[in-house]
Amino acid sequence: MPPVLETRGLTVRFGGHVAVDAVSCAFHAGTLTAIVGPNGAGKTTYFNLMSGQIPATSGDTLLEGEDISGLGAAGRAQRGIGRAFQITNLFPNLTVAENVRLAVQARGRGAASLFSLWSRHRDWIERADHYLALVNLSGVRDTLAAALPHGDKRKLEVAIMMALEPKVFMFDEPTAGMSVDEVPVILDLIRTLKADGSKTILLVEHKMDVVRSLADRIVVLHNGKLVADGDPATVIASPVVQEAYLGQAPKREAAHG
Amino acid sequence: MLTSILSGDFPRSRVLTAILLAILVGLALAPFLFPGAAAINTAAKICIFIVLVASYDLLLGYTGIVSFAHTMFFGIGGYGVGLALYTFGASWGVIGVGILAALLVGVTLAFLIGLLSLRVRAIFFAMITLAVASAFLILATQFSEFTGGEDGRSFSVPQVLRPGYRLLEQPLFGTVVNGRILAYYLVFVAAVVLFLVALRVVNSPFGRVLQAIRENDMRAEALGYRVVYYRTVANCLAAGMAVLAGAMSAIWLRYTGPDTTLSFAIMLDILLMVVIGGMGTLYGAVIGATLFIVAQNYLQKLMGLASAATEGLPLIPKLVHPDRWLLLLGILFVLSVYFFPTGIVGRLRGKSG
Repeated sequence: MPPVLETRGLTVRFGGHVAVDAVSCAFHAGTLTAIVGPNGAGKTTYFNLMSGQIPATSGDTLLEGEDISGLGAAGRAQRGIGRAFQITNLFPNLTVAENVRLAVQARGRGAASLFSLWSRHRDWIERADHYLALVNLSGVRDTLAAALPHGDKRKLEVAIMMALEPKVFMFDEPTAGMSVDEVPVILDLIRTLKADGSKTILLVEHKMDVVRSLADRIVVLHNGKLVADGDPATVIASPVVQEAYLGQAPKREAAHG
Repeated sequence: MLTSILSGDFPRSRVLTAILLAILVGLALAPFLFPGAAAINTAAKICIFIVLVASYDLLLGYTGIVSFAHTMFFGIGGYGVGLALYTFGASWGVIGVGILAALLVGVTLAFLIGLLSLRVRAIFFAMITLAVASAFLILATQFSEFTGGEDGRSFSVPQVLRPGYRLLEQPLFGTVVNGRILAYYLVFVAAVVLFLVALRVVNSPFGRVLQAIRENDMRAEALGYRVVYYRTVANCLAAGMAVLAGAMSAIWLRYTGPDTTLSFAIMLDILLMVVIGGMGTLYGAVIGATLFIVAQNYLQKLMGLASAATEGLPLIPKLVHPDRWLLLLGILFVLSVYFFPTGIVGRLRGKSG
């Protein structure tokens, strides 16, 4: 069976700067892979390349063995690549429920229907409410997304991706900027996803305790290059990681985002 | 039933409901309530502009697309029907052919403009529509042998729409039901139907995606919505509706020319009507168009009265002199935009709007 998601020599250059440098990596179903690395290592850029937000300079991205390099973000989302963004990326002047409902609608039949009524698609509304309940946002379903506190925005971001019911879940620092008591909701959600055993989950995360508790595998990026890849214990112990990442840990823990 | 007709999009404010009902009744009974040619002209213009402004709001308020080519599509509709009637004579078949040809040209043009420029940044799209609309205006005035140039074309409409035609022998409620009144009701019914169609479109799953695109196009794309596709379809729909409004205008005026359909003054009026009524709500188009056109037609008279009444007082008669009506209109706009940034409808609906 081919990996669910795979990149081959994926590279992007911004002018003279190589942000992601020939990264080849395969992600399999039932595995949670944490992608770690210091700030500016190219983790989010690597995500953006895989989910199609920015085009690659060279290299290929494959979904279930099929080359999707030519597809944009919309095409990749339709094929099952779900993305939760690090910098909160919502529909600010729509309600919380509508934010999630739009994600459900994107996967539903008649998503572009011109003359049916959106409010008659009860199943979309019900499924949106289901995902809102998963992240504890049912109480604010009719609030405008812009009016939510930061932590709730992060939860909504995750609910939107869940509602897409993708094959690949890409979490980009899902708990960044969240208060301590809010973090478990998101982590439990990721654990539940993982327990399902069939999902492909990618996680960019700075907090090493989170990575240790969730990851089946760690991939380390440094200066755009893949420098280590393996099971958590081995990777964390490897000298190259100690040098490139963990050696500077205290500084980075302070600076989120 | 009412939910289906209004597409589940109720006014959601008692005052707003009352105003909308008053406008609906006023327009529906205009020939009987407000006798005289000037009044019925104003009523017809309101009907036509409700359609035009609603279609523009589909772009500006719902999708977040700034286009300056809306009067061009209005003009294509006007010229399509007008030139067809002028060239081939007055018949319903000719009107039908004129409308179909205008729709074909208008929607094709909207599709091409959209395809070429909706992927680029909003400002470029606005500039391109401005350029295309200017070119079209110049073309329409320069091809004078075909279009009548600056003078435009006058033409006749089918028999039943002419002033000389009598539907009933006896006057109804003291009003002679002639062809003009039938023409008015043709315009009125078309406006109601088109408005309800637009209301359905903005409350469809498609319409919801348009709002998502307005809010955050990059996020909409990441959900799997092809933004260019949605923007292009919205552009074509709005263009098609503007074409139909232009056709209504030509049939009503029995004239088509650059000043009544293509001019940038009209483009500016449309923009103001959308903003005053409230962007992103079609009821705003109804209120914006009605208020603007009534003000445009009656403010001068009102000021004449005020000027006469305040005679003898210092300064005031000069300030409210009928010649200053544009100044007063301008001040009213500034105040309304300042106090109602979400438009009249947004204000009436309160925070939830």
